[in-house]
Amino acid sequence: MPSAQGYGSDGSPLAWLPLVLLGLVTLVYLAAARRQRLSNNGWSGWRCAFFSLGSMLLAAAVAPPVMAWAHHDLRGHMAVHLLFGMLAPLAWVLAAPVTLLLRSLPQAAARGVTALLRSLPIRSVSHPVTALLLNIGGMYLLYLTPLYAASQHSVLLNGWVHLHFLAAGYLFCWSILAGPDASPHRLGLRFRLGVLFISMAAHALLGKLMYGYLWPRGTGHGVEEIQAAAQLMYYGGDLAELLLAVALLCLAHRHRPRASPGVFELHGDQVGGRQSVPLANIQKRVVQRRG
Amino acid sequence: MTSSRPSPANAHDARRSLWYAVLVGAGIMAAIDEIVFHQLLQWHHFFDHATPMIGIVSDGLLHAAELLAIVVGTFLLIDLAHRHRLAARWAWAGVFLGMGGFQLVDGIVSHKLLRIHQIRYGVDLLLYDLTWNLCALALLLVGTWLYRRARRLERS
Repeated sequence: MPSAQGYGSDGSPLAWLPLVLLGLVTLVYLAAARRQRLSNNGWSGWRCAFFSLGSMLLAAAVAPPVMAWAHHDLRGHMAVHLLFGMLAPLAWVLAAPVTLLLRSLPQAAARGVTALLRSLPIRSVSHPVTALLLNIGGMYLLYLTPLYAASQHSVLLNGWVHLHFLAAGYLFCWSILAGPDASPHRLGLRFRLGVLFISMAAHALLGKLMYGYLWPRGTGHGVEEIQAAAQLMYYGGDLAELLLAVALLCLAHRHRPRASPGVFELHGDQVGGRQSVPLANIQKRVVQRRG
Repeated sequence: MTSSRPSPANAHDARRSLWYAVLVGAGIMAAIDEIVFHQLLQWHHFFDHATPMIGIVSDGLLHAAELLAIVVGTFLLIDLAHRHRLAARWAWAGVFLGMGGFQLVDGIVSHKLLRIHQIRYGVDLLLYDLTWNLCALALLLVGTWLYRRARRLERS
């Protein structure tokens, strides 16, 4: 069995660092939201609730006892992976943190952030197909190669894997929903549903492959442990992707122009309506609101 | 699904109500299959080593399609209902046709052609397969009856 050193079981104060950072980020979000609510702009209480929910899910995952469990038990790892890569990012995306950031920053800084969001690197990683490759492709790479075994022996690699889960999960949820934060892409609802479909199939397939062929290998995990973890991945992934699909259709339904024939009978540039407006317009709106 | 429209549903609404409900019906049947045979009875195996690779891959695709069908179909029906354009009789026909159609495809393509898993292990399968597919036919018959009824009532 690999040792669990450095993951909180030894009680090192460093293990609490992620929890402290998480608390700080949440406080900053809530403080910024409060400022918007006190000024006349307003900020939805739902978004605050979604951000807090995402933070709580992440806090449950980075709590040192859970991290220690995740380190030596594949089922624990999979539970943490579901929280980190699928459920928490969805909650955070629904909290529209980028819109809040743009509204809270001074004008010059907000313009800088907008330029950054329109830059080529961000545009390319926030496309649904790229996000899909980063997200599900990363999982195939982690579980079907010796990378997972290597990550158990390196604190650095392990931390990086978890950050990748979170970042790729966030990008994927954002690229599929294309909202509530404005997306730099104008992609139709059907296309985004199609990418979600591929993601669900690839995720289910990976769960089956891990169950049937007992991946990840070379880790000392027992057969039953791997199979339980693979089933957790399969059904947990179902739940998370169902929630993402429901969120996507709720957003599309809400932003459907009133006189339109139906959610699916719109053209690409119409679907997603308000949330797909180019960033330039958002910037304009933000500036107007403040003026 | 209750909608008694003053004027009979036009052909376009009827067709959409039918097809959206087919999606939901197929999704419901898939969910019943998953809950009853995989989880409660534990007859179906999660993974069968007799499955060829193409079977495992198509199973993943089918699984994703089922999940999306139920969500997308439900939203489309809600959307129709909001606009008072849901033709309930056609929708009920669609639900049964979807359930029966899925059951039949599952019984013949998934179990027999792709061999993703069998209904039960360690027993003579013939009786199980016959029952499974006859149930599918019964659901399809109910769906067909509802379909003909919807068409007849619309003409009168």
